[in-house]
Amino acid sequence: MIRIGIDVGGTNTDAVVMDGNTVIAGVKAATSKDVMTGVVNALRKVLDAAGMEASAVDVVMIGTTHFTNAVVQRRDLAPTAAVRLCLPATASLPPMVDWPEDLRDVIGNHSFLAHGGNEFDGRVISPIDEAELVAIADQIRERGVKSVAVTAVFSPVSTDFERQAGEILAKALPEAHITLSSDIGRIGLLERENAAIMNACLRDLSRDVVAAFRGALADVGFTGRFYLTQNDGTLMDAEFAERFPVLTFASGPTNSMRGAAFLSGVQDAIVVDIGGTTSDVGSLQKGFPRQATVAVEVGGVRTNFRMPDVFSIGLGGGSLVVDGPDALTVGPQSVGYRIVTEALVFGGKTLTTSDIIVADGAADLGDKSKVAGLSPDLIRKARDRIAFMLEDSVERARISADPLPVIVVGGGSIIVEGPIAGLDLIMPNHFAVANAVGAAIAQVSGEVDRVYSLAEIGRDEALTDAKARATEAAVAAGARRETIEIVDVEDVPLAYLPGNATRVRVKAVGELHVG
Amino acid sequence: MSAKDAYPLLEADLLPLSIGAALLGTGGGGNPYVGMLRSRELLRKGATVDILPLEALPDDAWIGEVGGIGAPVVGVEKIEQGEECYRAMRAVEDVAKVKMSALICAEIGGANSMEPVITAAQAGLPVIDGDGMGRAFPEVQMTTFFIYGAKPAPAAIADDKGNTVVFRDVVDMYWLERFARDTSVAMGAAAGLAIAPMRMDFVRRTAVPNTMTQALQIGRTVLDARARRLDVVDRVIATTGATLFFTGKITDIRRELKGGFARGEAKIAGSGDWQGCEGRIAIQNENLVLWVDGRPVIMVPDLIINLDLETGEPITTEVLRYGQRVAVIGLPVHDLMKTPEAMAVVGPQAFGYPDLTFTPLAFGPVHG
Repeated sequence: MIRIGIDVGGTNTDAVVMDGNTVIAGVKAATSKDVMTGVVNALRKVLDAAGMEASAVDVVMIGTTHFTNAVVQRRDLAPTAAVRLCLPATASLPPMVDWPEDLRDVIGNHSFLAHGGNEFDGRVISPIDEAELVAIADQIRERGVKSVAVTAVFSPVSTDFERQAGEILAKALPEAHITLSSDIGRIGLLERENAAIMNACLRDLSRDVVAAFRGALADVGFTGRFYLTQNDGTLMDAEFAERFPVLTFASGPTNSMRGAAFLSGVQDAIVVDIGGTTSDVGSLQKGFPRQATVAVEVGGVRTNFRMPDVFSIGLGGGSLVVDGPDALTVGPQSVGYRIVTEALVFGGKTLTTSDIIVADGAADLGDKSKVAGLSPDLIRKARDRIAFMLEDSVERARISADPLPVIVVGGGSIIVEGPIAGLDLIMPNHFAVANAVGAAIAQVSGEVDRVYSLAEIGRDEALTDAKARATEAAVAAGARRETIEIVDVEDVPLAYLPGNATRVRVKAVGELHVG
Repeated sequence: MSAKDAYPLLEADLLPLSIGAALLGTGGGGNPYVGMLRSRELLRKGATVDILPLEALPDDAWIGEVGGIGAPVVGVEKIEQGEECYRAMRAVEDVAKVKMSALICAEIGGANSMEPVITAAQAGLPVIDGDGMGRAFPEVQMTTFFIYGAKPAPAAIADDKGNTVVFRDVVDMYWLERFARDTSVAMGAAAGLAIAPMRMDFVRRTAVPNTMTQALQIGRTVLDARARRLDVVDRVIATTGATLFFTGKITDIRRELKGGFARGEAKIAGSGDWQGCEGRIAIQNENLVLWVDGRPVIMVPDLIINLDLETGEPITTEVLRYGQRVAVIGLPVHDLMKTPEAMAVVGPQAFGYPDLTFTPLAFGPVHG
């Protein structure tokens, strides 16, 4: 199977061609303002490097920051109505109550509370009121809003209310996009509702972006299937991505960590992805990034997404090196993408980490003679400082005393001198385009997050049920059944509730079924 | 700001109050985030809430105690209708035939720090600067008010739907816990509880004093340290009189359900001054006991608080996980919680540790 992985970042658009598990070619191209030109350029360049026609490619996987950036920059967002099925509960906090005001204003602050929703044990809070929902639909129509997010209390336990309300609203508003919160998030009403609303407000943009990706691929002669990558390192097909753009949030760090695991063949490690300005550091468990457990904000909005637990430090290939009177500092300021004109080795006037590495003879970049005058003492001090920063961040990411290896990837990897924190260092082939590799190898997942009463069924039975549901969800998402593995099982007893109520979360992943 | 003066609680106070309350939750008490947002909505709509010192009101003024009762995880999904505690408090007033002059917090630790503020905003009442625990505890009877003889009835519990149940005659505080607990589950594990009115002279004698102000100050310390990029753990220790008892990395976390409560144990591999030592924390919703190398060093009712070593964020027992780097700090509980009467209700024995004798925390540095 020939596949192309693309990672559209803020600065670079990276692309790789892979044949089975072999990387044939990897390239970097500048990200263009319109994004698509950069994608077409990267595609042409990588096909060229691989000596391949687009028609030989079976499938294309794309990781993109487009939707995250749209929310962060408050652009291209559609007016959206939030409908919550809850009354009389939750009336004290309307939808979007904890959003930044500017973002709430951009999408219109259209909030509606209606009857419906479940208790923790599946009992009904109040029955659905069809007339009430039809009246809400009338208001939504009058306001000219065409995106709707529907959230019911405890919908992760029972999706019935959201489905029913979704159908009533779809009938009354045939032109509207409708997002159900239970399709996106887990327990935690405000966070799940926030994700559903953000998803709904991205639906116009997602239609355009998916169409543009399709256009860019057609432009280079590819007409097969393509996928977008999610924040958990798995895939969604183009049609699904169009419906759930919010699931692409934070897919960038995930892709680079997954790519690092693949290129190195190591499943448990610390990954350091060194770019031009920052390094992202995270921990890899069974080939997947460890997930954050606290609420993660996107564009100022709290979510409870499956986000990788990654932190950034201000150290990259373009970081400024300043030999101050007290101490030598490296970063967090960086010349970023201007490194090709501003770094000393490229004829610029700014001393960067890359200049230090070239002066030390550890890399061949630009004009070495421009850094010949740097003192050995300065070079040593700068390298020590870089080593200290890397060591400190790796120690932060370490989650056990086990001597896990450190995998270094990303375009700025040349700044690494040797083993970090005394751990084995792996710098795999194609390290500079690990993120595009991560996109290319992304798998397909299914996840469940349910509350079981262990008084009614035993723990083993509950876990078996959850695993079966997760497996079916993965198959439904396009995984080959025989490749499916359960990668994550978590059960948390719910305090104070009788009947041993336990929340079970299971994730299953499998390889993409092609053909 | 002095604890001797009344002061209005402002919108800008809510975030620090919630942070300080989460810290005083000693790992439990639920997340105050939702309550913070609810208070903020009320203040933005023009409500005002004054915090009164314990000295402010006359002896014969009636004080109401309100709090949420249910499961913390339900609290983040089925958010309150909004008037649960308010309706419970009004029901108690009706049955007891009194008018409350002010409200007081049952537990300053966690989500319940916010409930009296919300009810006060709705009822136009002030809130007394103090509470019944000085921390968080899992059960209704574990307040200084009940320990020192507050009447268990009449009490009332109200839900989101308009149901209000009054407990007219209750023989003791343990029965109140049982009835209120069972009723709250029937109500969807998220309800508001108001207990019998207490006279101000009784509250003055039995409340853990100044804890609203204490929570506010802790929260401000955390926010200030973050803004100035100082070590949050150091700053919290320096300003609260807390003692650092352990630093390390969680190496094992085990949870099980016993009697409707989340019990468990966390193991911590020592780092820094405790390199090579092993820490162990027993949990029942809140942190109960810290052992270092097998020796118990802090135990209930003293406060055992896990802070994220980097951010200083208090870590609740529900989100404790393998690999977290934590600083375990201890704060001495108020003297009212250290008497023989208090020991019977909130001492190590009451939590199922018959072999432990409560050894109160002393101030000052302790090393493993």
